[in-house]
Amino acid sequence: MAEHQVLSPLPGIFYRRPAPDKPPYKEAGARVTEGDVVGLIEVMKQFTEVNADASGKVVRFLVENEAPVEAGDAVLLIETA
Amino acid sequence: MFDKLLVANRGEIAVRVIRAARELGLRTVAVFSDADKDSLAVRFADEAVRIGPPQATKSYLDGEAIIAAARQTGAGAIHPGYGFLSENARFADAVAAAGLVFVGPSAETIRTMGDKAAARAAAQAAGVPIVPGTDGEVADLAQALAEARRIGFPVMLKASAGGGGRGIRVAADEAEFEHHFHTAQAEATAAFGSGALYLERFLNRARHIEVQVMGDGERVLHFFERECSLQRRRQKIWEEAPSPALDEETRQALCASAVRLAERVAYRCAGTLEYLYDDATGEFFFIEMNTRIQVEHPITEMITGVDLVREMILIAQGEKLKRTQSDVTARGAAIEVRINAEDPDKNFRPSPGKVIALTLPGGPGVRVDTMLYPGYTVPPYYDSLLAKIVVHAETRQDALARLRRALDEFSIEGVVTTAALHKRLAETADVQAGRFDTGFLERLLAV
Repeated sequence: MAEHQVLSPLPGIFYRRPAPDKPPYKEAGARVTEGDVVGLIEVMKQFTEVNADASGKVVRFLVENEAPVEAGDAVLLIETA
Repeated sequence: MFDKLLVANRGEIAVRVIRAARELGLRTVAVFSDADKDSLAVRFADEAVRIGPPQATKSYLDGEAIIAAARQTGAGAIHPGYGFLSENARFADAVAAAGLVFVGPSAETIRTMGDKAAARAAAQAAGVPIVPGTDGEVADLAQALAEARRIGFPVMLKASAGGGGRGIRVAADEAEFEHHFHTAQAEATAAFGSGALYLERFLNRARHIEVQVMGDGERVLHFFERECSLQRRRQKIWEEAPSPALDEETRQALCASAVRLAERVAYRCAGTLEYLYDDATGEFFFIEMNTRIQVEHPITEMITGVDLVREMILIAQGEKLKRTQSDVTARGAAIEVRINAEDPDKNFRPSPGKVIALTLPGGPGVRVDTMLYPGYTVPPYYDSLLAKIVVHAETRQDALARLRRALDEFSIEGVVTTAALHKRLAETADVQAGRFDTGFLERLLAV
């Protein structure tokens, strides 16, 4: 069992959902496959997807929805097989 | 009358409004989020109040926090700038309910002109031509399709609550209409909280030309037009006044139509009426009104010599327009380019960060509106506009030469900007000849 942190590629606002009225991309406990979208970063009104760079199970998100993040901040913890 | 003005905005426009207010002898209050505590607006204002964390929804869009800041500092008026709460009728109501002056039109006017369908109806009533389209919102797909057939393809689907170029889709023909209808509805619901749509004929290769007006609730003056056809993703990046496309007769007809519409709604404040102009037929069609100061207002100030922000504050203080229309004259040509923190070589990727070094252009006929200073950190949370380089000269050709000179003088280290794109545009033959439409820039970038 190993844990892996997904990092924000950019500074900005982190969103866990594609739109305010949509469910989050991933919930704790969900399976995640490398390349899956796990969140969005809003930088200067442009949105960039955050993709998982490992496969496994979502342990927990490390930042709140709509929280400011810096580039390189860990946003998600994944338990890899 | 108020003697202290709170500026409910950030960036270059907050600096711009503070400058006008100070010249009028007013005390100024800046509001700021945690990301903007070192901003130029905070530095230039007499007082500054923190209103929240970096997220705009929790700071610059938090009307209650802004009104509380006005109460706390004894400001008698709130200037909303552009964007954020500037066209929010509920905020205008709340400001008035708090016994403060909103530097803008009445909430009722914002509601009427902010509702695109209602604005079109007002235009029709004032005898102002509008783009063929629906009389208001479409109820469902069947009605939308019937209307689209009547209007003719290609047709635009627009969100009633949209703006700033957002919430628009174009269906080229009937085959793709249904797909665009459902997508546009979903996008409008997600972005604006309302899925209401209306339809309009899509004019291929039209120009975007707008008219600056100023009203005092009784009389309205125009301050001529601005040509804003150079856009990327429906965001203007280069604007000029006058439009190189209009002859004098069309200019007078266009500006007179804007005054007619604004007078019909007893307009009070600075405002802009946006039109599409068809080079092929010489027709112009009203599309929408912005009930606030615009980003590109400086080019109008350059050709008319009138300080529009000062005028809008004076009107908010209860003064009437002092000029007549014949007092408003235009001289020469002005161009504004928007220096955005985006990398034109990397698909306009945002480029926030710390400004290590900065040289701003100057000299005759050059004005720079900016919040930049060496050592400033451009936060990632807001729009990418860093500076507006504005030039004015006797002729358009001279203005282009001055713009090239000013762009050569400009340098910045630490963030990547769109300055290189503007240098390229200033060297492009079609731009030099004034031959462009709203799709020109995207076609140029696609090559």
